[in-house]
Amino acid sequence: MSSPADLKYSKSHEWFRCEGNTITIGITKHAADELTDITFVEPKPVGTVISAGGAIGEVESVKTTSDVFSACGGTVVEVNVAAVADPSLVNSDPYGCGWLVKLAVADPTPLKDLLNAAAYDSANAGH
Amino acid sequence: MSTTSTSALMHTPFHALHLEHGGRMVGYAGWDMPLTYGSIIEEHHQVRRSGGFFDVSHMGRVRFTGRHARRFLDRVCTRQILGMEVGQCRYSLVCNEQGGCHDDVLIYCYDEDDYLVVCNAANREKLLRHFEASRGDLAFKMDDQTVSTAMVALQGPKVMELIGNFSREIPSLKRYRFTQKNMLVVKLTVSRTGYTGEDGVEIILGSTMARTAMNMFLKDVKSATAIIKPTGLGARDSLRLEAGMPLYGHEIDEQTDPLTAGLAFGVKLNKGDDDERAGRFIGQEALQAIAQAGLKRKLVGLKLEGRRSARQGMPVTKSGSQLGVITSGCLSPTLDCAIAMAFVPVENAEVGTAVEVDLGRGSVAAQVVPMPFYKAPAP
Repeated sequence: MSSPADLKYSKSHEWFRCEGNTITIGITKHAADELTDITFVEPKPVGTVISAGGAIGEVESVKTTSDVFSACGGTVVEVNVAAVADPSLVNSDPYGCGWLVKLAVADPTPLKDLLNAAAYDSANAGH
Repeated sequence: MSTTSTSALMHTPFHALHLEHGGRMVGYAGWDMPLTYGSIIEEHHQVRRSGGFFDVSHMGRVRFTGRHARRFLDRVCTRQILGMEVGQCRYSLVCNEQGGCHDDVLIYCYDEDDYLVVCNAANREKLLRHFEASRGDLAFKMDDQTVSTAMVALQGPKVMELIGNFSREIPSLKRYRFTQKNMLVVKLTVSRTGYTGEDGVEIILGSTMARTAMNMFLKDVKSATAIIKPTGLGARDSLRLEAGMPLYGHEIDEQTDPLTAGLAFGVKLNKGDDDERAGRFIGQEALQAIAQAGLKRKLVGLKLEGRRSARQGMPVTKSGSQLGVITSGCLSPTLDCAIAMAFVPVENAEVGTAVEVDLGRGSVAAQVVPMPFYKAPAP
């Protein structure tokens, strides 16, 4: 299955949607499938300053706990309370209702170095 | 996140079935097994509500026949094999000389000189070596039938009703009893046993006909209302944990004795005293000494605050000092709270004792609770 073409992807399986100076971050379908059923989501609270490469929160599944990282520094302006209340949204709709945080960023250019959908999919082909 | 290579892994007779149902395959003790077919939590609920089909063909099945088969099993098993009735299953540990566990097993008595031992997949080769090294001059045949047979577990409150359509005898079996059935040309061993805390059966049958024979239970599995649906190893783990059942490598291992692990029911400490024909078992002296000295640690159930899961190896603390360690943990799908098992000193093992669990990113409060965490309602 192909990942959405309008997003950018990290090798550590986060996706980024850039709208002006706001980026929305979530984990990819591949990551959600690998983690299996997600049971707990804890984004960093609104107002937290995240450095580039820093953790924006964590997700926990039946199997394991993982940090989720942002390729871009910024400040948390919104967290997905629906996903906190129902972590299974991250499994069922990772690119939609299962997003994790929105960051206000001064400079979204680091996202340009990330993978596009085709590159991300081919990196994970056969997995 | 890594994906295990599946090239060198063994396939059970149900491998194609797993793939047809979208099984997410993982390497487990040398076998390519389904972790889940979609959602571990949904599979868990399906078993508690209705029924699940588990391929457990990866577990070791070793047949012991001959004049001294019983004497040999009494030598390596902590339970007494002498006196088992034909058609009876018995849970036992296989211990080392120090009283640690080589494995936990289920013994099937087919006849007074014919037994089957079902063991954990990961321990099969180790056990075969241990059995070979312990046989001495006893006369019996040991036959590893793991590959020539298959094994499935059907577990859940509606399983017996379903089986009642095929057999009147099986639903009348008592717990830990088995019977043999002929179906067409297939010979089945059906036992009322399992590893989920639910009613149900485990079925052992020849591997060549296994898929065909099991299709009768799996006819409508793809419909939403199917009584039985395929269930993977993920749900098998969370089900056994809710039921307070030990898993080798977590609650028991070579360094952990069964008494400390709360499995005293699986140890006949005075074997051979009241009937010397039973003989004594490997590890008996060590376990008697452990029992006499009094247990220092105990396996307890914990209920954690919040929704984060404790994992194996995480410290259990009280007032900042470490008491013990988590052996298994999960967010219980049935109870909707975080549960775990842990070893703690006996002084801290009382139900109601408040402790903390260090989750690595901060501690959460937890309380010692009775096990099992979940008990199926009586039918």
